[in-house]
Amino acid sequence: MVATRYETAYQLYPYEKAAGQDLDVVEHHPVVIVGGGPVGLALALDLGKRGTPALVLDDHEGPGQGSKAICFSKRSLDIAHRLGAGQPMVDKGVVWNVGRVFHGDGQLFSFNLQPEEGHRNPAFINLQQPYFEKFLVDAIRQAQANGAPIQIRGKNRVRHIEQDGDITHVQVDTPDGPYQLDADWLIACDGAGSPTRKMMDLTFDGRVFEDNFLIADVRMKADFPTERWFWFHPPFKHSGASALLHKQPDDVWRIDFQLGWDIDRAAELDPDRIRARVDAMLSSQTGTVPDYDLVWTSIYTFQCRRMKNFRHGSVIFAGDAAHQVSPFGARGANSGLQDAENLAWKLDLIVKGQADLSLLDSYAQEREFGADENILNSSRATDFMTPKTEISTIFRNAVLDLAGKYAFARPFVNSGRLSVPCTYDDMPLFTADAMPDAPARSRPGSACPDAPVDDGFLLDLLDGQFTVLAISGDAPSGPALFNVHIPDPSPLLAERYLGAHKQAVYLIRPDQHVIGRWPAYDPDKICAALQRAIGKA
Amino acid sequence: MAVTLTPNITDPDGFYTQLLAAHDGLSIEDSAALNARLILVLANHIGDRSVLTAALKAAKLEDS
Repeated sequence: MVATRYETAYQLYPYEKAAGQDLDVVEHHPVVIVGGGPVGLALALDLGKRGTPALVLDDHEGPGQGSKAICFSKRSLDIAHRLGAGQPMVDKGVVWNVGRVFHGDGQLFSFNLQPEEGHRNPAFINLQQPYFEKFLVDAIRQAQANGAPIQIRGKNRVRHIEQDGDITHVQVDTPDGPYQLDADWLIACDGAGSPTRKMMDLTFDGRVFEDNFLIADVRMKADFPTERWFWFHPPFKHSGASALLHKQPDDVWRIDFQLGWDIDRAAELDPDRIRARVDAMLSSQTGTVPDYDLVWTSIYTFQCRRMKNFRHGSVIFAGDAAHQVSPFGARGANSGLQDAENLAWKLDLIVKGQADLSLLDSYAQEREFGADENILNSSRATDFMTPKTEISTIFRNAVLDLAGKYAFARPFVNSGRLSVPCTYDDMPLFTADAMPDAPARSRPGSACPDAPVDDGFLLDLLDGQFTVLAISGDAPSGPALFNVHIPDPSPLLAERYLGAHKQAVYLIRPDQHVIGRWPAYDPDKICAALQRAIGKA
Repeated sequence: MAVTLTPNITDPDGFYTQLLAAHDGLSIEDSAALNARLILVLANHIGDRSVLTAALKAAKLEDS
């Protein structure tokens, strides 16, 4: 039996008895992914498109009901676009750029996230997580039709794992009873409560924040603009220490109330009580209470923590299973997707015998670094929103009081620093910058900034392979790599990649991070950087 | 850059009086809030992180 832990939004991968279940032969899989959330699905899709078989085991048959993650970053959309799932997300999602921060009745300031021009994807979209997962599964179905070796097995719950040398034995429960399979690599993408992590008795340490947040997703026709509104000390009744209003697709609005630590959880989840809060908030904004439905409600507390090591032999952790942050800054699902893209090409090379096992240590090192950066940003936001001491409350309120009047204090106001990919500065797989006076944003270790190229965008040309990108100058002619030559760069491309230089040659990883850059094409340097990038230097 | 720890205000008595006068009649809470705002205004005016770090150290009476 496989117990139902939550209601699913829709069925995407209904249970089917696997062919091997009745046989005495134990199935053998190169890669088994535990958990079919955004991270597991993106990883399976990336691996499958590279031709490496990926089996996803999920104990439900589709995404859980509820909006859950709602803010997806430009980097996540860039990843999804490379995987063939991005466009439907952007089409369905709510694009937003303007945020307003209020203190009591007054607006402190507004900000515009709209980055510069010349990017395929917006800075952020709001999209309910079940949609995000559905579009990934749609892309997986499409990839499967084109021969990608991906399987998703619903109602398959991993009950037990045992590491046995290089192999992991996996016991799986299904509605038809248990069966066994063996995996060369087991990737745990099974969420913050990761059963895999618990089965392996691994620790997950960090800070617990003593605060409760109430989420109410409401469906209503309302004239609020498509903006993120955040209140410190909201003026409406029973709203707690802060509140957030944010639009999602399908006329759904995310409302968050910061309730504090000592609350009666069950009482606060009483729909009448939630409605009283929502009524007060909406009427303070519109003068009346519009008709609305409560779509989803939840109370969450949060922690900022991570596993000490993301890799344990042939078991690897990704996403919330490996690290957890507060929701402020949208650094949960977005960082998990960056884990998936970092891992996919490395695992693919290893399964194909083209790189040494040590390459996977770079996954752990790079993404542990990314997790630390996210935890730092998330902890700082949380410390601002929930001051821990009397004096931190005094300074927080001083910032808010000054911010309404003077611009200088606004950068201190922290209701979440929104997710951007980390730069792997000085990490071993990258090559020292040979153009230190070229733009810092495209230095080795950084995720390539997008830019217009002809009628399209640069990132479209960086299609998941090691790529030599030559900007101006001559076309590269050296090692058998995927070469992209842009003889006549657009001004924005030149601004983002050349700066004052006339030309440049970049070597780019399959995950669109810059390995190294040089003022002129030199095949020996490219080869050396490439060896280093797969852990062979 | 180092923080200035030698006399630098031309009218020390006048400034000191002005500082205390700003707190006249305030509750301890309101004074604490005023101090916090003042620190933020001054810190922003200085701007230089190394000076601010040195200033924090000096204020904690730590050896430089």
